[in-house]
Amino acid sequence: MAKLKGWREIPIGGAIVEAGNAVEYKTGGWRAFRPVFGQAQCIHCFQCWLFCPDSSILVDAENEKMVGFDLEHCKGCGICASVCPVNAKVIRQAGEQLSRDDPRLCIRMIEEGKAK
Amino acid sequence: MSKYEALTGDQAVATAMRQINPDVVAAYPITPQTETVEFFAEYVANGEVTTDFICVESEHSAMSACVGASAAGARVMTATSSQGLALMWEIVYIAASYRCPIVMSLVNRALSGPINIHCDHSDVMGARDSGWIILFSENNQEAYDNVIQAVRIAEHPDVLLPVMVCQDGFITSHSMERVEVYDDADVKAFVGIYRPERSLLDVDSPMTYGALHFYDYYYESKRQQAEAMEHARRVIPEVTEEFNRKFNRNYGLFEAYRLDDADVAVVVANSTAGTAKIVVDSLRAQGLKVGLLKPRVFRPFPAKELAEALRHLKAIAVMDRSIAFGYLNGAGPLFIELTAALALHGVHVPIADYVFGLGGRDIKPSEIESVYRDMLRVAETGRVERLVTPLSVRE
Ligand code: SF4
Ligand code: SF4
Repeated sequence: MAKLKGWREIPIGGAIVEAGNAVEYKTGGWRAFRPVFGQAQCIHCFQCWLFCPDSSILVDAENEKMVGFDLEHCKGCGICASVCPVNAKVIRQAGEQLSRDDPRLCIRMIEEGKAK
Repeated sequence: MSKYEALTGDQAVATAMRQINPDVVAAYPITPQTETVEFFAEYVANGEVTTDFICVESEHSAMSACVGASAAGARVMTATSSQGLALMWEIVYIAASYRCPIVMSLVNRALSGPINIHCDHSDVMGARDSGWIILFSENNQEAYDNVIQAVRIAEHPDVLLPVMVCQDGFITSHSMERVEVYDDADVKAFVGIYRPERSLLDVDSPMTYGALHFYDYYYESKRQQAEAMEHARRVIPEVTEEFNRKFNRNYGLFEAYRLDDADVAVVVANSTAGTAKIVVDSLRAQGLKVGLLKPRVFRPFPAKELAEALRHLKAIAVMDRSIAFGYLNGAGPLFIELTAALALHGVHVPIADYVFGLGGRDIKPSEIESVYRDMLRVAETGRVERLVTPLSVRE
């Protein structure tokens, strides 16, 4: 962890004066559920990329492909799984222990640590 | 050239606001502050100010709009009383913690309940730990002068804290007095132009206000706030000194009235200090060595200076216009703070508290005189018989 700053070193009023520094805050540690990417089913529609509130969908911009998740920042909210059109019906079974390569899945959420 | 005008306390504040011409005023009318907002609305309508006047739907919104505007780099003012301040509550704290130099005219009125519209100090005393600088005003002139100084104090780069300027509801807010109104240009020159170091509207250096601070940074932020209050101890006398010189006034952290050679003194804030001066004069005419200390700066609390000013006395009476419930037999907050200050600085003068004037109950010169007479007895015996006295409450 970065060294914490003293009270004289931080901007006054609790302000954040550098733009875009949220990347330094690793929110991945908050995650109780983890999205799992089923590459084979992905139609690369970028719905997940559009909706992810933490900019945690990794894309290959050149080839216009969704490639995975930035798990250092993904909070496991499940929004990607929810908006994924391929996955639409599967998200309702989020509690099930489905295997990582279940053919019905594009993205699904599985419990952290229980991912196979 | 300054000129003399007959103004109510509310109007005196509105006049200062007109001269200051803040960028944004967000306010909601509440008795007895209403006139200030009405007069100011008129100045806006007449084009006498260029202020963006935001008519909000509540005081909570008023203070929220003030914080937003201040964070955006505007010079911001507002005014309220009693329940209005109570409704602003959460944002009052936020204004101080975001270090927004907002200036508020607080026309002191009793907090409900029972519901009441008249003067006491329960509203401001509830806000004494909110992180705002707090100034008291005895009369309309002082309210006017304090508002002008408040802008400079609040916006000082070493301070950047909001300031509340208090005056007594109805007693001064609705009484017409002779007020020396300075030349518009002189007031404008004194307050200067506010140039915030940062602003939410500065698109070249984007920033965020209001981010979450956990146990890792919350305390550091509060530590800064405490430091800003300490800076205000230096800045307030500097601004006051400059104001005194420019406008030929004589303000300090407090006013010591015939105190230097006094044996006993009353400590009382706002309009009652004016009444007490009359009593002091009449008792002095009888050869009694009585004096008065009138606090002006209540936050930051000038503990050391007050202790030094009172050290030579033989008896002190504090007159509180509100109750700090549960502290000691219905004692008031001024008493609590002053006794702590005296103890801290090794001043061991017999002291008693008189709680008076709640909900606008009249305080007569004869009652203040009875307080002085009590204290003269205490000065003789060295013994306080009653630590806390509810003044003129029917048994
Ligand atoms: S689970 Fe939430 S945070 Fe994580 S990638 Fe999906 S949308 Fe983004
Ligand atoms: S929403 Fe689903 S299908 Fe669309 S890009 Fe994301 S993972 Fe692929």
